[in-house]
Amino acid sequence: MKVKMLSRNPDNYVRETKLDLQRVPRNYDPTLHPFEVPREYVRALNATKLERVFAKPFLASLDGHRDGVNCLAKHPKSLATVLSGACDGEVRIWNLTKRTCIRTVQAHEGFVRGICTRFCGTSFFTVGDDKTVKQWKMDGPNYGEEEEPLHTILGKTVYTGIDHHWKEPVFATCGQQVDIWDEQRTSPICSMTWGFDSISSVKFNPIETFLLGSCASDRNIVLYDMRQATPLKKVILDMRTNTICWNPMEAFIFTAANEDFNLYTFDMRALDTPVMVHMDHVSAVLDVDYSPTGKEFVSASFDKSIRIFPVEKSRSREVYHTKRMQHVICVKWTSDSKYIMCGSDEMNIRLWKANASEKLGVLTSREKAAKDYNQKLKEKFQHYPQVKRIARHRHLPKSIYSQIQEQRVMKEARRRKEVNRIKHSKPGSVPVVSEKKKHIVAVVK
Amino acid sequence: METAPKPGKNVPPKKNKLKTKKKPRRYWEDVATPTAAGTSPEPPPNKKRKREVRPERPKNTRIPKKSWNSKKRQVQRKSREHRNPAPQGTLSGAQDPFPGPAPIPVEAARKFRRIDKSKKFPDCKPQTQSRLEVAEAEEEVVSVKAARSELLLAEEPGFLEGEDGEDTAKIRQADIVEAVDIASAAKHFDLNLRQFGPYRLNYSRTGRHLTLGGRRGHVAALDWITKKLMCEINVMEAVRDIRFLHSEALLAVAQNRWLHIYDNQGIELHCIRRCDRITRLEFLPFHFLLATASETGFLTYLDVSVGKIVTALNARAGRLDVMTQNPYNAVIHLGHSNGTVSLWSPAMKEPLVKILCHRGGVRSVAVDSTGTYMATSGLDHQIKIFDLRGTFQPLSTRTLPQGAGHLAFSQRGLLAAGMGDVINIWAGQGKASPPSLEQPYLTHHLSGNVHGLQFCPFEDVLGVGHSGGFTSMLVPGAAEPNFDGLESNPYRSKKQRQEWEVKALLEKVPAELICLDPRALAEVDVISLEQQKKERIERLGYDPKAKVPFQPKPKQKGRSSTASLVKRKRKVMDEEHRDKVRQNLKQQQRQQQKQDKDKPTGARPSALDRFVR
Repeated sequence: MKVKMLSRNPDNYVRETKLDLQRVPRNYDPTLHPFEVPREYVRALNATKLERVFAKPFLASLDGHRDGVNCLAKHPKSLATVLSGACDGEVRIWNLTKRTCIRTVQAHEGFVRGICTRFCGTSFFTVGDDKTVKQWKMDGPNYGEEEEPLHTILGKTVYTGIDHHWKEPVFATCGQQVDIWDEQRTSPICSMTWGFDSISSVKFNPIETFLLGSCASDRNIVLYDMRQATPLKKVILDMRTNTICWNPMEAFIFTAANEDFNLYTFDMRALDTPVMVHMDHVSAVLDVDYSPTGKEFVSASFDKSIRIFPVEKSRSREVYHTKRMQHVICVKWTSDSKYIMCGSDEMNIRLWKANASEKLGVLTSREKAAKDYNQKLKEKFQHYPQVKRIARHRHLPKSIYSQIQEQRVMKEARRRKEVNRIKHSKPGSVPVVSEKKKHIVAVVK
Repeated sequence: METAPKPGKNVPPKKNKLKTKKKPRRYWEDVATPTAAGTSPEPPPNKKRKREVRPERPKNTRIPKKSWNSKKRQVQRKSREHRNPAPQGTLSGAQDPFPGPAPIPVEAARKFRRIDKSKKFPDCKPQTQSRLEVAEAEEEVVSVKAARSELLLAEEPGFLEGEDGEDTAKIRQADIVEAVDIASAAKHFDLNLRQFGPYRLNYSRTGRHLTLGGRRGHVAALDWITKKLMCEINVMEAVRDIRFLHSEALLAVAQNRWLHIYDNQGIELHCIRRCDRITRLEFLPFHFLLATASETGFLTYLDVSVGKIVTALNARAGRLDVMTQNPYNAVIHLGHSNGTVSLWSPAMKEPLVKILCHRGGVRSVAVDSTGTYMATSGLDHQIKIFDLRGTFQPLSTRTLPQGAGHLAFSQRGLLAAGMGDVINIWAGQGKASPPSLEQPYLTHHLSGNVHGLQFCPFEDVLGVGHSGGFTSMLVPGAAEPNFDGLESNPYRSKKQRQEWEVKALLEKVPAELICLDPRALAEVDVISLEQQKKERIERLGYDPKAKVPFQPKPKQKGRSSTASLVKRKRKVMDEEHRDKVRQNLKQQQRQQQKQDKDKPTGARPSALDRFVR
């Protein structure tokens, strides 16, 4: 007879002293872990609920401006510094860690229309309603010195926007035409126009640094190459585009914030169909900014809210609003991709977390592991109705909520009419136009 | 398709040409190729070096380094190589005799595989399809990794083998006790409790604690390994059944009238009057449900985490006194007096399945830990093993001289049956195989009739409650040797238990999710998917996924006459039609082949074959 009984030595399973860690032997045999799927599902549900419980995105409000905040700019080298220009011509520089204003400059008479920093972070440019472009030092004046711009360029017309080249001492302004300036000269290197309308914004491509995009009030988006004297091509939309923003990771992709409440992500090689139409806002979209990862962007709207959209989704994943925030005019995603800043009509700059339920500060390794595990679970079970319902739910102010309902009814009516028209006409005579193509009027080269 | 030139036919001559053509040499290849070695500045690599190159592993990082080395070092190495005949691989010159990761047996990896590849997905978007494929590939890698982690398991299962020709069933408990170590020998003991009549018993999920309930009111809970008594009371009422709840701190006792819940001090916490005249109890640990079967024929689910009754199901089969749970899917199996076994879930008012098992009443039911096999015994003195994977057919049957009144499966698939005062244990080949009912593995004679039977989890012990008290029997090879510390840890401390309790409560599975296939939640819901699709088409007024009929593009330079347009359209349509016909033909051929395969070869055609369609 040969016999062996299962006999464990308890010393191998119990810790020796109280200071030791508990021993946890593992066995991944599925029969010892029954109900794998239902238990994971319950965990995912709990994780989703906790995410909503901990979703407290609002961090701080920076007050100090005496008029609506019209433009924001990030410092290229310092994460804590941010610049803002107000409607009374005042420019303020803020320290985000201390949440204080560190410098105030009365830059222009009338609005500060645009503000941008130089790529090295030593100076910044502002344009204003007083037809001037001014370059300022980032550091304040020494004791006894007066606050004066480094350079001032007097233009013939009002400038409405400015952007600096990402690598070279060149910047572009827009107004009645797009001007490319050398920093050392007082007259533009070249001016480009296409039609006679005021251009509201101009942006340099961060990857293909010679490319520019601008949007004009005659409803079109024009693309330029700095090396050529003439614009490249333009796309005409249904309504006016307020701003565009280039994807910092994909050179060809840019997103346009439109007056028709939508955002359009274009591939500049094929402008006739946008890659994606992002719709969730209930009023004109005023500003848009990409996350440094290029996966998401944030948009500011006249409907007193900001929304975060994934690039490849047409619906927003997040909406931020407060009782006091009025029409949001400008928005920026910080360079560490963790925070969002928005400047609004009621003179405040607000700081938000980009990920509403994220825990700030250093995480322990166990916390990190738990976070990753929960993230994966949420991803795995995101399409289950119970999980989806909880993850999708957002509280909205009454104004936005009722607007959404109203617009849904309107859209449904329009669609019904379309369907009826197709039904009662000769087959094929009324084409079915997709939502993407509906808003594009023409592409001109 | 056939008219189009096949790429496979035309290519071969081209390929030959390519083969004869000299391959362009790249600058990075000169080290590896023997012809280029002469041109490189380093000395020609000897044969041993060439042999060293292994196909599985990436190139040894030392190879590129070599060119940077000074000449002196190269000479040194060369001399070393001459001295040491072993091919160089490591610094010592020794070569790994088992290169690459350890091979994993396919069986071991299959155990951890979760995705069934044979199942086809409904037609989905290519994006989804590719994502699913990625997930499948990932899953395969993970299963191999999990199988590899089995190497780290510390304990080996027990066994009992006779010398050649010796029947293990003849081996008595005393012999086993004599042969094994003291710690194991101490696990065999008898409690002589004749006074309070036949005992029911229950081990806690960790296998550390034992509770006993005597018919005449004796309730005791003890740590049976240290033999430390936690509480002992007499409830002054008949005790029908007894169960531990999720931890050893709570126990449910089915008394003559009502269901009572005690803590491990013997203090009565609850008396649940809505559950009356209970005969059997089962606790579903992941759902925190206490299933009770009553004399009145009701199967009641009590949620012990919130104290609410989830459902009370009327089995409509009279008195219920045979009940067991399937640990794989938490379905309750009830045995009835008409010979059927019915499977219940709290989500359904009707049984999920009804199986006719015996002529005459069912006396006992047991389900193994993988949820694959069910053993039943009936008044017809038969014992049967059923396959629960969809077919519900008996796999093996055996008639016993005296029918088995109690059955129990162990973690490793041993089947114990209590027949009067005799215990028989049958074993199968491996862990996932059904026990063969031919030869018993062990037998034991008790001092009283069996009244309760359970294998202790994670210990090679079978607990038997009988009219003479309680017997703890040694059954080598019964239990899973390696427990999972986070699931049920026999050695857990108080703190660990508390932490586990909170975690377990947080992930309490809702009662509605109990169904025959616990992985059904992870399957694609095809029915509602199709429903959604239909609704969408109705809402939009057209099918956005429908194939648009071909419309020829107008051509320039006068070639866009109506006739040519029609001709082109016709051509495409004909091609499509031909494709369809071809596919149909292929399908028919496949079906024909399948039918031919199914037919027994060599059988003579029957006269009745002419009626086969």
